[in-house]
Amino acid sequence: MPEIAVPAHMKPIHAKAECLYDTYFRKGENPHQTHYCPGCGHGVALKLLAEAIDELGIADRVIVVSPVGCSVFLYYYFDTGNVQVAHGRAPAAATGLKRANPEAIVIAYQGDGDLAAIGSAEILHAANRGEPITCIFVNNAIYGMTGGQMAPTTPLGGRTTTTPFGRAAHNDGYPLHVSEVLAALDGPAYIERVALGNVKQILGARRAIRKALETQMKGLGFSLVEVLSPCPTIWKMDPVEAQRRVREEMTKLYPLGVKCDRTAERQPLPAPAPAPPLEELPRILQIPEEEPAAAWAKAEGAVDCRIRVAGFGGQGVLLLGQLLAEAGMDYGLEVSWLPSYGPEMRSGTSNCHVRLSSKPIDSPLVSQPHVLIALNEPSLRKFVGAVQPGGVVLYNGTEIPADARRGDVAMYALPFFEIADREGSAKAGNLVALGALLEAVPLLPAEVVDRAMARVIRSEKWLELDRRALKRGREALRALKNEPAKEPCHA
Amino acid sequence: MTAAVKEDKGYIVINEDECKGCGLCIEACVQKVIRAAPYLNRYGYHPAVYDGRGCNGCGLCFYACPEPGAITVYKAAA
Ligand SMILES: Cc1ncc(C[n+]2csc(CCOP(=O)(O)OP(=O)(O)O)c2C)c(N)n1
Ligand code: SF4
Ligand code: SF4
Ligand code: SF4
Ligand SMILES: [Mg+2]
Repeated sequence: MPEIAVPAHMKPIHAKAECLYDTYFRKGENPHQTHYCPGCGHGVALKLLAEAIDELGIADRVIVVSPVGCSVFLYYYFDTGNVQVAHGRAPAAATGLKRANPEAIVIAYQGDGDLAAIGSAEILHAANRGEPITCIFVNNAIYGMTGGQMAPTTPLGGRTTTTPFGRAAHNDGYPLHVSEVLAALDGPAYIERVALGNVKQILGARRAIRKALETQMKGLGFSLVEVLSPCPTIWKMDPVEAQRRVREEMTKLYPLGVKCDRTAERQPLPAPAPAPPLEELPRILQIPEEEPAAAWAKAEGAVDCRIRVAGFGGQGVLLLGQLLAEAGMDYGLEVSWLPSYGPEMRSGTSNCHVRLSSKPIDSPLVSQPHVLIALNEPSLRKFVGAVQPGGVVLYNGTEIPADARRGDVAMYALPFFEIADREGSAKAGNLVALGALLEAVPLLPAEVVDRAMARVIRSEKWLELDRRALKRGREALRALKNEPAKEPCHA
Repeated sequence: MTAAVKEDKGYIVINEDECKGCGLCIEACVQKVIRAAPYLNRYGYHPAVYDGRGCNGCGLCFYACPEPGAITVYKAAA
């Protein structure tokens, strides 16, 4: 090893950035070198970013968000805040970090598989929102870490492990020009594409990265620097040859330059409003103040009731289930409410699973209900067979169709919606059904249900109608019933 | 040696432990004063070594190098 003999009159002008650790503590035995392959562009990008952080004096404010990909280990190098996130999610995580820490300089560092494939939604919307974060987008036109699969940025004809005959547009689509796509949005403040194809280009990248960070420091909004970067290992080239490829080939497909720059005309974004104090939340969310439920209501005996409510969308199936669950919760029970409905808002099928239990609930699914509320005939036919022996079926109709009858369950037919219609609106049919249920199965005290209704049903007019509907449902069932209520739901 | 170095405007120090022998600094140096050592460093790479003279302190090798701390460039105070 030659001796180090720096002449005394010389001063260091380019040295390792101070915001990087002196040695890299990581698994394995090599604390002196980054984990990148020799000649990898990630090393240069990391170095330029570190230098910019030093120059701007922001190391104490920086949070680096590292991606999934070869650059996953940035936190071994940057002596700054660090978060490592799931594949493609860096812009979303950075958004949260920035909003929660407006003073922080948040940097999402991403590869092209990470950003342009699995993370395309996150980056698009972060850019479109003009989120005041900075993204360093290292584009090496390949999935490096996983051994060379096609990325959205891979050139046409490019042979990869997933395009062994070369990328073909008709099958694999066209190379994605991320910077141009994002620059077409109104949100971003500054987007530039740079390259690491020679030192001149590297110095251009250095300037762009610094400008992107300054854009964030001035509060001007979203900034992104796309860095065309060599991956000698997967490209199967030596480092010098890979650099040449960046310079001569990649820059043809992905032209360098500023893609958008609104930093001159942009005003700094307004500071985000501080989060309201916790005590304010009930008022903001209009949650009425009340004592804890347990203080005034308490379930007696062991309860384990499984209820299935089924009908058409628009019949109030989900609200019926929700009221049961809300009231059950007030009563101190464990509850679950699992809605299950088709894509249609109305007229599709709709059903929900409700459980009320004095023990913790294992699964919210109710496949063998104690109680079935069937608000139409298809639902009755679909679910009646699953009702547990000794259970209860409440059916919206004048009588149970003969071929859907069972001898081992209590079955009641009542025209819930006609009853409601006579009260003022057929829409309250679900509350008639709830009244009938509470009468058939004395599961919850009337005042507990009423209190839950008053909380969930916000409109005075509807609350008044729904209370009457519930009452009619109770009366109708009482009239129908000639034997005292069994308690099939109590275990 | 000291006399000859004094005439140079610059000097570089390569930390051989941090060098991966990628050769990008050798490619970048216009003065052609960096070469690959014939021996291996502790990680099995031929490290880049400075000739000891001829550097003008331009910094090209520093920016070409993917290792953050492998090269330090010195320059004579103006
Ligand atoms: C959810 C998920 N899907 C897939 C992977 C596997 N995976 C790890 S890295 C990677 C691609 C990384 O490519 P790129 O972002 O271009 O980074 P590079 O390694 O090229 O720098 C994939 C698909 C993963 N880790 N997580
Ligand atoms: S595989 Fe490619 S991108 Fe990953 S570290 Fe090696 S050279 Fe860099
Ligand atoms: S500073 Fe310039 S002249 Fe000196 S070794 Fe590096 S590239 Fe060569
Ligand atoms: S560029 Fe850096 S890592 Fe590559 S040979 Fe030169 S000093 Fe070593
Ligand atoms: Mg990649």
